[in-house]
Amino acid sequence: MNSLEGVLALFLLLNLLAALFRAARGPTTADRMLAALLFGTTGVGILLLLAYAGRSGDSVLVNTTLIDVALILALLAAIAGIAFARRAWRDESEK
Amino acid sequence: MNELREIVGSVLLIVGGVFFFAGTLGLLRFPDVYTRLHALTKADNLGLGFVILGLAVQAGTWAVALKLLLIWPLALAASAGVSYAIARRAAVLNIPAWQKGDDPA
Repeated sequence: MNSLEGVLALFLLLNLLAALFRAARGPTTADRMLAALLFGTTGVGILLLLAYAGRSGDSVLVNTTLIDVALILALLAAIAGIAFARRAWRDESEK
Repeated sequence: MNELREIVGSVLLIVGGVFFFAGTLGLLRFPDVYTRLHALTKADNLGLGFVILGLAVQAGTWAVALKLLLIWPLALAASAGVSYAIARRAAVLNIPAWQKGDDPA
């Protein structure tokens, strides 16, 4: 009954593997950062799905710890993106 | 009622997965930073939104559903702010926008 969540989490993980190509190729620093941001969002999705995949028939038994972890991951991804755009991303021709 | 919730939740989850796939595909295939931002926000806003809605529908208690639904506004605000900051920085750094006929970067 709960196999859909597990399958979907695996599918999102494969999406992340594909997005690694963009992180590897660039060409600008921002493209690599966009891949990292996608990792953040998809990671939140995977964690939420996993929180549900473990429940055994009784829908009350959701793993709420994983939901907390997902909340923190969303927060950290936002901070990382803003810090990148405002502080870390310098002119690439200067390097 | 439980059957109905299960079906509606499953459909929403699959729709969310489709949007995540579209976002990843766009990130891989689109030609420049600005269009890739557009693809990324699809995954952020709609993909995560549909997945969270699908899970919240199946949640047994209101507390769990509300907690899930709190993550979405956070992700929305974060992705809007980050996308704006990155696009603005890219424009300041004079990263060229892709024109029709250019080779994709």
